[in-house]
Amino acid sequence: METHCLKRPTRRQFLSSVAFTVLASSAAPVMARSISGSLPWEARSADPPVQVKPGGWLFFTLEEAQTMEAVADRLVPADDLSLGGKDAGCVLYLDRQLVGSYGTSSRLYTKGPFMPGLPTQGYQAPDTPAQRYRSGIAALNAFTRETKGGRRFAELAPDEQDAVLKDLEAGKITLPNKVDAKSFFNLMLANVMEGFFADPIYGGNKDMASWKMLGFPGARYDYRDHVSKHNQPYPLPPVSIAGSTEWMTR
Amino acid sequence: MTTILPRKDAVIVGLGWTGAILAHELTEDGLDVVAIERGPWRDTATDFNIGYAQDELRYGIRRDLFLQPAVEAMTMRNNTSQTALPMRDYGSFLPGNGVGGAGVHWNGHTWRFWDSDFQIADHLRDRYGATRIQDLQLQNWGVTGAEMEKSFDRFEYLAGISGRAGNINGRIQEGGNPFEDPRSRDYPLPPLQMTYAPTLFAEVTRSLNLHPFPTPAANLSKDYINPLGIAMGQCTMCGFCERFGCANYSKSSAQTTILPVLMKKKNFEVRTDSEVLHVDLDVSKNHARGVTYVNTSGEEFFQPADIVLLCAYGLHNVRLMMLSGIGEIYDPNTGEGTVGRNYCYQTNAGAQVFFDDKNFNPFVAAGALGQTVDDFNGDAFDHGPLDFVGGAGINCIPSNGRPIQTRPTPPGTPRWGSDWKKATVKSYKSTLGFSSQGSSYPTRGNYLDLDPTYTDRFGRPLLRFTFDFPDNDIRMSNWVSDRMEEIAKAFGGRQYTNTRRKKGWDSVPYQSTHNTGGAIMGTDPKTSAVNKYLQSWDVANVFVIGASAFAHNAGKNPTGTVGALAYHTADAIRQQYLRNPGQPLVSA
Ligand SMILES: Cc1cc2nc3c(=O)[nH]c(=O)nc-3n(C[C@H](O)[C@H](O)[C@H](O)COP(=O)(O)OP(=O)(O)OC[C@H]3O[C@@H](n4cnc5c(N)ncnc54)[C@H](O)[C@@H]3O)c2cc1C
Ligand code: SF4
Repeated sequence: METHCLKRPTRRQFLSSVAFTVLASSAAPVMARSISGSLPWEARSADPPVQVKPGGWLFFTLEEAQTMEAVADRLVPADDLSLGGKDAGCVLYLDRQLVGSYGTSSRLYTKGPFMPGLPTQGYQAPDTPAQRYRSGIAALNAFTRETKGGRRFAELAPDEQDAVLKDLEAGKITLPNKVDAKSFFNLMLANVMEGFFADPIYGGNKDMASWKMLGFPGARYDYRDHVSKHNQPYPLPPVSIAGSTEWMTR
Repeated sequence: MTTILPRKDAVIVGLGWTGAILAHELTEDGLDVVAIERGPWRDTATDFNIGYAQDELRYGIRRDLFLQPAVEAMTMRNNTSQTALPMRDYGSFLPGNGVGGAGVHWNGHTWRFWDSDFQIADHLRDRYGATRIQDLQLQNWGVTGAEMEKSFDRFEYLAGISGRAGNINGRIQEGGNPFEDPRSRDYPLPPLQMTYAPTLFAEVTRSLNLHPFPTPAANLSKDYINPLGIAMGQCTMCGFCERFGCANYSKSSAQTTILPVLMKKKNFEVRTDSEVLHVDLDVSKNHARGVTYVNTSGEEFFQPADIVLLCAYGLHNVRLMMLSGIGEIYDPNTGEGTVGRNYCYQTNAGAQVFFDDKNFNPFVAAGALGQTVDDFNGDAFDHGPLDFVGGAGINCIPSNGRPIQTRPTPPGTPRWGSDWKKATVKSYKSTLGFSSQGSSYPTRGNYLDLDPTYTDRFGRPLLRFTFDFPDNDIRMSNWVSDRMEEIAKAFGGRQYTNTRRKKGWDSVPYQSTHNTGGAIMGTDPKTSAVNKYLQSWDVANVFVIGASAFAHNAGKNPTGTVGALAYHTADAIRQQYLRNPGQPLVSA
């Protein structure tokens, strides 16, 4: 390997007392840096979450969104315990996740060769979540059109939808285009639940509906005054990272 | 093209728990030290922000602070008849990334391994005979419990551990763990205030004549100033602990216990977002010249150094040794080679009790706030009539009520729909869980090596796991699960579950980030990669620090022992190695 020796800098130059010496001049978003001589602190260097704003789908087509809203409303149905998955914003949540790093699997190991694995080896297919929703929703609607008199999933009655979802879950349905029914169902279930229970800043869990339902106080961070109150209900309502609806002026 | 940088006295690969300890210790001796860390700089005020640290989706589910598989993945199979495939997402265990390493987002259960662990082969052979352990590759570690005591004590006082001693200089202490080895003094802080579930667990297990005690925790029960003069705050039981950074300076980590002092030293420097590719050896192959690393722009640097310290987390230490040609890679067919040998994990199982009339407020929790029973751990009990060795700690440490992940429901509950919702709401606050954390003993066929097919982003082979739970460990876990069933029944709840460990290690569901072995310590260079000071037998100026050194894993979390080994190594370097640099501290 070819090596190249820099003009040897003095120790002082090298161990600069300036907190950061950028080792690399590049436009890369994360830059290697050298830190010595002080505990670095920069104003606004943190990376706060960005509140999801409703309005328009970024990933889903209208038909896909309607399908997923119907699915979310059956997985988390509206009843006397809470509102339904659709009104809770689970699909808005999902839409925003699918245009981000989750949807593209950009954090995962996506190099080939792709081979079918054992259950203990986890998901091994090349498709990203975004691709799986695109093909999965199309396959689901093609299946109901074919078997339920030309109707899309969203056009079925709730108990018909439940029956289809149960069969997907059990792998009793063969979806077209080689979509694995069971694994697509599990993906939808996991993501809808994430949306329902995650902090509302991500677009779901509207007004902390699921947290109120469970009695989870959310983003509160100090329970020292309650730790020894065994078996007693926690008295305060939940707060989100964005605060509490009670704090907001509408 | 590789840029050659000015020489340093020591280069440290990885600035997590062990890297920070070694950096602090060696710079105290005036050494000029550089740490090279793959991930970013991280600190409490900026990165574990109290305004949004409590974000389950980001930190708990998407695992923002962890190593991403796109950066480095690993492959796995249960045995050599299978083809290893990459874990495309991490699941069973979650390696750390960035300054502080996995110490940023650990739970903080802080244990000492026992003398009967360090001398396990002798101990078990003497007590039960050689045939009892013939299927296992158990080995002595080369140290004794007494020898390690001072180093355990230093780590616990550095970290401000909250707990109650069970044995001070041989005197059993009421309310502590009666099975622990003698310690020279009590923990620096008293136990955390108990929540309801562990309190009930203690009552029930005590009624069964067991010996519950508060789990030693790196979540601080009180404000604390550690021996380096660094102040930490009282844990608020926020319930966003494991997988999260602590916004309160209450969880011990490099950030809260070492970095404020270390970073001010002029003879220390950290280079972040820089991945070490390998250690460079000279032509003799028994001396390291330094390390080669690459920064985020893909530029390569050679950092010459007199001492190389691998502190990259056990698994990464092992892979770096393999990629650098330090020692010989273990071959399970011949039993030869030492790097990759004795990979062990943790053999866990769990139980849940469902009540109608209780409210446990599961969100009032800390990573290590709970109670443990060690009556069935290690060799605390007589295995004479039994068909296994080893044991498990039984822990009631409810660490969170974060609802994406923690929604217990009784068996038979649907996973969605109105009935699911009813059961979820009913069980959320009224379910008590406890678990066994079992030992994992080495066998000839469980090991680490390099994958023949899959490569990282630089085209270098990934680390390959060949691992399954040994039959001995399955028998052990089942026997402990029988004990758990007795405990579960004694709670008198409406119903309970008792989920047993089965063969077929599954890489998907989270189990624990307690990967041990692969570069084990020992007395014989034929069966160990490093000596009792964690110095490579093959390359004397390389030290390999981490749970990679464990010759087996006990039924305990590793970091108390990892921290103690880090101090043990630091002392050996400062007091012995520096007088005679480049020489082995133990003659082979
Ligand atoms: C969720 C979770 C909970 C845990 N809970 C507990 C617990 O309760 N009790 C317990 O005892 N243990 C626990 N652990 C384990 C504990 O975190 C580790 O044992 C401990 O952090 C190990 O210290 P280390 O220095 O070996 O590695 P780390 O602290 O992980 O540090 C290693 C560092 O090396 C860096 N690195 C790796 N490769 C390279 C490279 N090639 N070049 C440069 N840098 C590199 C990494 O980015 C990292 O920063 C837990 C771990 C996790 C993930
Ligand atoms: S539980 Fe305690 S130690 Fe853990 S993150 Fe919260 S405040 Fe920190």
